[in-house]
Amino acid sequence: MSKLHVSTTVNGDAVEYLCDPRETLLDCLRDKLNLTGAKEGCGTGDCGACSVTVDGRLVCSCLMLGVEAEGKQIETVEGIADGDVLHPLQQKMIEYAALQCGICTPGILVAAKSLLEKNPNPTEEETRYWLAGNLCRCTGYDKIIRAVMDTAAELREAS
Amino acid sequence: MDYHSPASFAEASALAANATGITRFLAGGTDVLVQLRSELVKPDTLIDIKKINGVHDITRNADGSWTLGVATTGAEMSEHPELGQDWPGVVEAMDLIGSTQVQGRATLTGNLCNGSPAADSVPAMVAAGVTVTVTGPDGTREVAVEDIPTGPGKTSLTKGEVVSAVNIPARGENAGDAYLRFIPRTEMDIAVVGVGVDLRLDGDTIIEARVSLGAVAPTVLLVEDCAKAILGSTLDDATLDALAAAASAACNPIDDKRGTIAFRTEVVGVLAKRAAKIAYARAKGENA
Repeated sequence: MSKLHVSTTVNGDAVEYLCDPRETLLDCLRDKLNLTGAKEGCGTGDCGACSVTVDGRLVCSCLMLGVEAEGKQIETVEGIADGDVLHPLQQKMIEYAALQCGICTPGILVAAKSLLEKNPNPTEEETRYWLAGNLCRCTGYDKIIRAVMDTAAELREAS
Repeated sequence: MDYHSPASFAEASALAANATGITRFLAGGTDVLVQLRSELVKPDTLIDIKKINGVHDITRNADGSWTLGVATTGAEMSEHPELGQDWPGVVEAMDLIGSTQVQGRATLTGNLCNGSPAADSVPAMVAAGVTVTVTGPDGTREVAVEDIPTGPGKTSLTKGEVVSAVNIPARGENAGDAYLRFIPRTEMDIAVVGVGVDLRLDGDTIIEARVSLGAVAPTVLLVEDCAKAILGSTLDDATLDALAAAASAACNPIDDKRGTIAFRTEVVGVLAKRAAKIAYARAKGENA
């Protein structure tokens, strides 16, 4: 079976890969582009560990084919920090110890960043609903929510 | 598996008509990819319709009706400033499906063509009188949503046919719709029972009604006896009891891990009453 050629943009960089049409965007990010930040938790769109944005829209990269990325703008967790300088969300996640095993963390960061771009002043309820598709089996969520709420407050003050 | 991304529905239809083996159309992919990856369905041909012009458009037509492109996502519907004012039940039903991530991809058409009796958006669309445009080898036809599913995972679409638009009627005056479902948790679950209600009032009296039930039969049901039970009434308590009885009588559910026959039959009546009250309040112009 012949592979398909895909040209896309990941974290601002033009990239190309060849993929089987069955391969998901998650497979392509991890196995072809060596961007292993997005994790495969469930592979069925339930856990959110593979969250990325596609043209600014939060999606599960396991529920999208690699070929569908043609011509799109993909943002992954690798694009969140500015070189060695962590994004405020990443800083707060550490400060609040909002992670243990860390498998869910990349997806939570991508999802929370997407929330704050859309709504810089979310209520706790809105934040919990927005992140409901990001499962964490370690923390009990409370520290994650507090880290996101505090980041939102800090970013509002800074702007 | 061959992957195609045609530029028109005629081309998509021709590809499907000439394909051998199993063909799937790809819109949001939230069901198709799960089935593909779990090898529940192994398509030989996958036709991605998202490169076709207009498939993400939400258009209000001159007569007040709406045309939605088949790849319009739940998130796009919820974010639209006016669609949810006209059809809150349809938009809320779609919004109940899955997480933020799933909302970024999932579509009304996919929810319909997946053929699940528990699909949340389908009872809401049936109540609202939504139709879909179907493009096939012999041209296009318009089909009522309730005529698409024929059983779990099965639709009335024939080889080479593809849904090419979703048509929502004009809302008109003094009318409202609502969809409610029961799930054992607060969010992100599959409906154990779902009820869609759409009605129109003249003063306080119901003059038009459509009631649909989800997850209580092999397909979503449009139940005329439920509509008859509330037509001509002001939705008083006796009418609500008659509506609940008609809904329970129309049920033909299964026992499964999510709910028993007895539970579903009981709850469908409760939800029918509640959904009818919300639709009635909306028709009166109240926030509900």
